[in-house]
Amino acid sequence: MNIHYHSYDAVIVGAGGAGLRAALETAGKVRTAVITKLYPTRSHTGAAQGGMCAALSNVEEDYWEWHAFDTVKGSDYLGDQDAIDIMCQEAIDAVIDLEHFGLPFSRTPEGKIDQRRFGGHTRNHGEAPVRRACYAADRTGHMILQTLYQQCVAADVNFFNEFQVFDVLFEGEGSARRAAGVVAYELATGDLHVFVSKGVLFATGGYGRIFQITSNAHTLTGDGPGVLFHRGIPLEDMEFYQFHPTGIYGIGILLTEGARGEGGILRNGLGERFMERVAPTVKDLAPRDMVARAIHAEIKEGRGAGPDKDYVYLDLTHLPPEQIDAKLPDISGFVRTYLGLEPKTDPIPIQPTAHYAMGGIPTNVHGEVVIDADNTVLPGLYAAGECACVSVHGANRLGTNSLLDINVFGRRGGRAMVEYVQGVDHPDLPRSVVDPTRERIDALMNSTGHEKVGAIRGELQVAMMRDASVVRTGESLQAALQVIHELRDRYQKVAIDDKGSVFNYDLTEALELGSLLDIAEVLVLGADARKESRGAHWRDDFPTRDDANWMKHTLAHRDESGAITLDYKPVVQGRYEPMERKY
Amino acid sequence: MTTTTVEHTEPTALIKEVDVHLTIKRFNPEVDVRPHWREYDLRLKSSDTVLNALIAVKGTIDGTLSFRRSCAHGVCGSDAMMINGANRLGCVNLISSVGTDLVIEPVRGLPVIKDLVVDMEPFFAQYRSVLPYLIANDDPGYKERYQSPEDRARFDDTTKCILCGACSTSCPVYWANGAYVGPAAIVNAHRFIFDSRDQAASERLDILNQKSGVWRCRTSFNCTEACPRGIKVTQAIEEVKRAILYDRS
Repeated sequence: MNIHYHSYDAVIVGAGGAGLRAALETAGKVRTAVITKLYPTRSHTGAAQGGMCAALSNVEEDYWEWHAFDTVKGSDYLGDQDAIDIMCQEAIDAVIDLEHFGLPFSRTPEGKIDQRRFGGHTRNHGEAPVRRACYAADRTGHMILQTLYQQCVAADVNFFNEFQVFDVLFEGEGSARRAAGVVAYELATGDLHVFVSKGVLFATGGYGRIFQITSNAHTLTGDGPGVLFHRGIPLEDMEFYQFHPTGIYGIGILLTEGARGEGGILRNGLGERFMERVAPTVKDLAPRDMVARAIHAEIKEGRGAGPDKDYVYLDLTHLPPEQIDAKLPDISGFVRTYLGLEPKTDPIPIQPTAHYAMGGIPTNVHGEVVIDADNTVLPGLYAAGECACVSVHGANRLGTNSLLDINVFGRRGGRAMVEYVQGVDHPDLPRSVVDPTRERIDALMNSTGHEKVGAIRGELQVAMMRDASVVRTGESLQAALQVIHELRDRYQKVAIDDKGSVFNYDLTEALELGSLLDIAEVLVLGADARKESRGAHWRDDFPTRDDANWMKHTLAHRDESGAITLDYKPVVQGRYEPMERKY
Repeated sequence: MTTTTVEHTEPTALIKEVDVHLTIKRFNPEVDVRPHWREYDLRLKSSDTVLNALIAVKGTIDGTLSFRRSCAHGVCGSDAMMINGANRLGCVNLISSVGTDLVIEPVRGLPVIKDLVVDMEPFFAQYRSVLPYLIANDDPGYKERYQSPEDRARFDDTTKCILCGACSTSCPVYWANGAYVGPAAIVNAHRFIFDSRDQAASERLDILNQKSGVWRCRTSFNCTEACPRGIKVTQAIEEVKRAILYDRS
């Protein structure tokens, strides 16, 4: 195994929306390397469909304050209101920026950026759904990813494609500790690359692959949070994991909320529009946590559809066929391909699918990673996008706010990193910093164990889906924890078939499994400790929100022995007082 | 509560267990002098995709098999491969539609690195050569530029491209001539040439008027057949040819 050394001012890990947006801020200003385990255009930002909200008022009256209110309420009052204000204000600039970058938005007859309705986004503090989501048909994420990548090509950004980061480097101890680079594995050669840099920004996306049914790519394995957690950086609010209501039954592929924004209706096996019962005002456009729970309840109470009564329908059959063709072409294709059904005439079988991590690497509004309840900044370390927790999504993210998050906080993180690296010296590291990564790889290559990566991962996904998904209890979480501990023991004996150095995905999947196990454990511990129901975290044994005891963020810390402890920090309050969440 | 009678069409009723026979072209540069075929037998569901079949081979029979994959539903462009002689994405082709006897090879026209993994660098270099980004020199200020729905529709088809390479690697000219930029690069040039906000159409047309450009195309339509996004690739190439000949001021 050859070892290579590189020196940069800034390293960005991940080249989805957040990483690319950050790179556009650093390119041409400081020497930057963007490291991605894929090609940038393979990133999962490209799978986002419905839109990106901003109060442009292009089609009806709207204000960023209304957007902020909806986001706070959607977060079940766990979102930090200072960060939410910033995101909703800067949303407007972020959309304009994308338009200037060339994003082909769908347009109104006058030629303005068109806007449509989306779950939880309302006019005047909850009166009725509002048209706030800017979109490009039902492939808004694809267009954002392509557009940002195009701009990175124009800016001559320096990409290291198919390099996977397995360690983060620091210089100094205690309060003098600062980020100093990363260690990456080159897929094409099996070589290790040490990137020594003054700033490191993580933008590695989510970790939906801890669950069996997910809208997430195979590659969403929590690499960034996993690496940082191992180096003592805490993870925030990991128990809050969003299940999108409308995943294709049995597969989990996403069918955008925009389908309901266009007028689609959810029906149970009896044909009832059950969301009228749950959310009388906004009905099918209630926030995702509520809709996912409503679907879960319909199925549990025997009103599901199908031979096993284990799904419900997304019904588009009453929509004009030309509207489906124009506004929802991609998802129609998914339904035809994977279910063999025609969305214009057949109701579509759906079930909630693991979709988005509200929690992640704790940051402040500048994308700087903060490492304790006092929000102490670790100099030089940044995070943005789904892997980060600012927290703008709190306990439940509103639809479209993820595309917004990556643009607003990708830009902020990139800018903050430029400013920081221009004022500090280059780190000085010993050559031995590569050793831990090399030892991990050698151990896997030489393992004589008999456990298979796929088997352990599969069992983890089944347990997490059954015991720690839409609805949880203390009992189910203890069962999940038990499974995770057993799998962790078996992971010590995992072995791989491929001993080669060229495109050895057998090896990288084994390393990714380590992160999946860590993240699943943190999620379950946080969920078990949180004895209330808030947003996406629903406890059947504690079915109400408990603001007196639990309006606080969870921080999970790992010490060097591997023991995990939980700590808490206050939520940043603002102008919106907590109230009961009704729609 | 509003209730409607739902006409049930059960997707699950059509799913059955099937025996699948895979013949995969393997190549490990650290061991093999030339590619060779390996056969695998699996029991799968008819609703499984070809990608699912490959994942099953890797997970249960032979962990050394290498192939790229990410989103698994046809939007990331990672898993273009040759399935029974035609370029397809593994993740959007179900066993029920492509059959149970499958011959899987890497795409042609790009160097094979290992198994189904090919070197994408030449492909992305071609993409970069056509200035694949909006070039608009007028200061738009702090507001959005307007674009009519008609102008927006003019280039809609080519915005769908996911850079999977299925088109370029299905093109006989691309196989034979390494200098040809290939259909994917032309598609991505088209996306900007016909965008009313862009001001560099003429530069792109100059690039595509060179020997490596559109005139290499022999209109075999392989690219259009291969495109998993349904882009009318050959038509886009023809529109660029026409723009070079007639529309330039």
